[in-house]
Amino acid sequence: MKKRGMHPQRRVLAKTPTNIQGLDEITGGGLPAGRPTLVCGGAGCGKTLLAMEFLVRGATEYNEPGVFLSFEETEKELTANVASLGFDLNALVKRKKIWLEHIRVERGEISQSGEYNLEGLFIRIHLAIETLHAKRVVLDTIESLFSELPDPHILRAELRRLFGWLKRKGVTTIITAERGDGSLTRQGLEEYVSDCVILLDHRVTDQASIRRLRIVKYRGSTHGTNEYPFLIDEDGFSVLPVTSLGLNYRSSQERISSGIPRLDTMLSGKGYFRGSTVLVSGTAGTGKTSIATQFVDAACRRGERVLFFTFEESPGQLIRNMCSIGIELEQWVKKGLLRFHATRPTLYGLETHLTTCIKMVNSFKPGVVVLDPINAFVVGENQVEVKTMLLRLVDFFKMNRITAFCTSLTSIESNVETTDIYVSSLIDTWLLLRDIEIGGERNRALYVLKSRGMAHSNQIREFRLTDHGIELLDVYVGAEGVLTGSARLSQETRDDADRLLRQQEILRKQFDLERKRESMEARIALLRSEFQSVESEALNEIGEDRGRTKVVVQDRVKMGKSRKADV
Amino acid sequence: MGKKQTTVSVRRRSDSPAAQKKERWELRLYIAGKSPRAVVALRNLKSICEEQLNGRYRIEVIDLLKNPRLARDNQILAVPTLVRKLPLPVRNIIGDLSNTARVLVGLDLIQRAPERV
Repeated sequence: MKKRGMHPQRRVLAKTPTNIQGLDEITGGGLPAGRPTLVCGGAGCGKTLLAMEFLVRGATEYNEPGVFLSFEETEKELTANVASLGFDLNALVKRKKIWLEHIRVERGEISQSGEYNLEGLFIRIHLAIETLHAKRVVLDTIESLFSELPDPHILRAELRRLFGWLKRKGVTTIITAERGDGSLTRQGLEEYVSDCVILLDHRVTDQASIRRLRIVKYRGSTHGTNEYPFLIDEDGFSVLPVTSLGLNYRSSQERISSGIPRLDTMLSGKGYFRGSTVLVSGTAGTGKTSIATQFVDAACRRGERVLFFTFEESPGQLIRNMCSIGIELEQWVKKGLLRFHATRPTLYGLETHLTTCIKMVNSFKPGVVVLDPINAFVVGENQVEVKTMLLRLVDFFKMNRITAFCTSLTSIESNVETTDIYVSSLIDTWLLLRDIEIGGERNRALYVLKSRGMAHSNQIREFRLTDHGIELLDVYVGAEGVLTGSARLSQETRDDADRLLRQQEILRKQFDLERKRESMEARIALLRSEFQSVESEALNEIGEDRGRTKVVVQDRVKMGKSRKADV
Repeated sequence: MGKKQTTVSVRRRSDSPAAQKKERWELRLYIAGKSPRAVVALRNLKSICEEQLNGRYRIEVIDLLKNPRLARDNQILAVPTLVRKLPLPVRNIIGDLSNTARVLVGLDLIQRAPERV
């Protein structure tokens, strides 16, 4: 049954894909085909680069030639500027894939007398499009015309005419404009170009620069409405779309080893879930990175790729330090299974870290990612932002079934569990490393605070770093409580001595028992022999008595017979 | 192709500064087809030249519809555009040239009064 007012077939707006990382996801397929899109932003936001990448990718990946009309930079300047993004404009121009034209207007040279129109501009654009059969056009920055040409009325009328003309030609156009105070563009271009408006922003917060992109308007299409961070680097533009991250990822039943056999035992015998998030937290020097590297080692042995983000130590230092506990990471680096990425968190903003991380994961495609340590991002009071960033990162990992291993440093004074409260809900398996101070020494203990989805041990294990890796030992729980280290050793020796003693006791008692049994049996033997002699005597007497009775009876019978009595 | 050349008979004005300089003027008028505005512009131009230049000039009319490549080569945006190639410096005037005073100023045919800058 059709709902009233619904078209029998829902028509989707035709879109031109940009293949700029992340942008197509936010826009739901790309820019509106055959229509103009307005890209506005302040100076240095990246409008020209975005437009250029749109054109270059169109030419190289979609075989759609493009026309770039620049009102500010010359062809040479443009070519040089985008060379750093890896775009070879000269080659593309030669192959007739891109048309670069600089439209130079200089106010000082022009005077006006009477009416005019901008047919000259139209002719130039027309020539460019026709020569290349172009499908994509960029006008950058058409607002310069306003400062160069007299009479804004004519200009506005001509611009309106131009955009209509471009629409009729069916080319997808990007028009760049400077951000105005209080309005999207300085000259109010958004009135004419209202099919799609993208706003670029470049802010400096806490000494770190952040670039953000927002789709202000997209007529006829759903689109992501948030601000998305983006990067410009040697691969061009990368936008990080958050819309694709939701709580709807499939979970795996597969389990992977932690690299420490006894730890696997504590995690119901099998280890972590693949695609889960593991956190190891503890105070300084407790061995968090060591646990991480043991996990890395195990993963590489299985042939999985690992991406290791380190925010405090250099990779060289890490590798060297891990050799001391018998973990050789160099071999995995050489085989290409392990890649390090070391940065100071304060070098960029959180968004840049996020985007960089995602980019690297997308290109390297690891099965395991290590973040060591995550609290390095917490500067001042920005815990909420750090949590947001980590949340997005964790979501991203889960969507891609990547197991994430994080370490976190907690301070000694405060309760270990509360300092990590900002991430506790993101973590599936949480291992806690604790110092136990007893009898003049500090030893480390490890226990599983939580592990979602599996029965885990609640026992505290003593945690030792030996030269052949990490060892987990049973912690001694004696009458005095938990003992570790030398106290444990001394208690164990005492235990051994006790045991020995008891064994000897037992032996002795057994021996005693044997003897008693023997003596009892001897006595029994004696009694028996006595009884035997008594028995034989009694039997003799009984026999005699019986014999006498018999004789008496026989005598009587004999006498009777001899007396001829009736018997 | 699309070029027209015109020579006009000489009428001197001895107090015209251009005549005194005895330079040859090269003028180009860029148009986009024979629109009414283009016709007006050419007419205005011819009359100004006849008044001011004593025949020491040459007007070229370039139709961009017939020669679109010239628009890029000469950085023409607006139409009609008048370009004074000689004498240097190069001067551009856009419009149909109906405001004669502006044209004269633009072509440097009038001495500018000191206060008007």
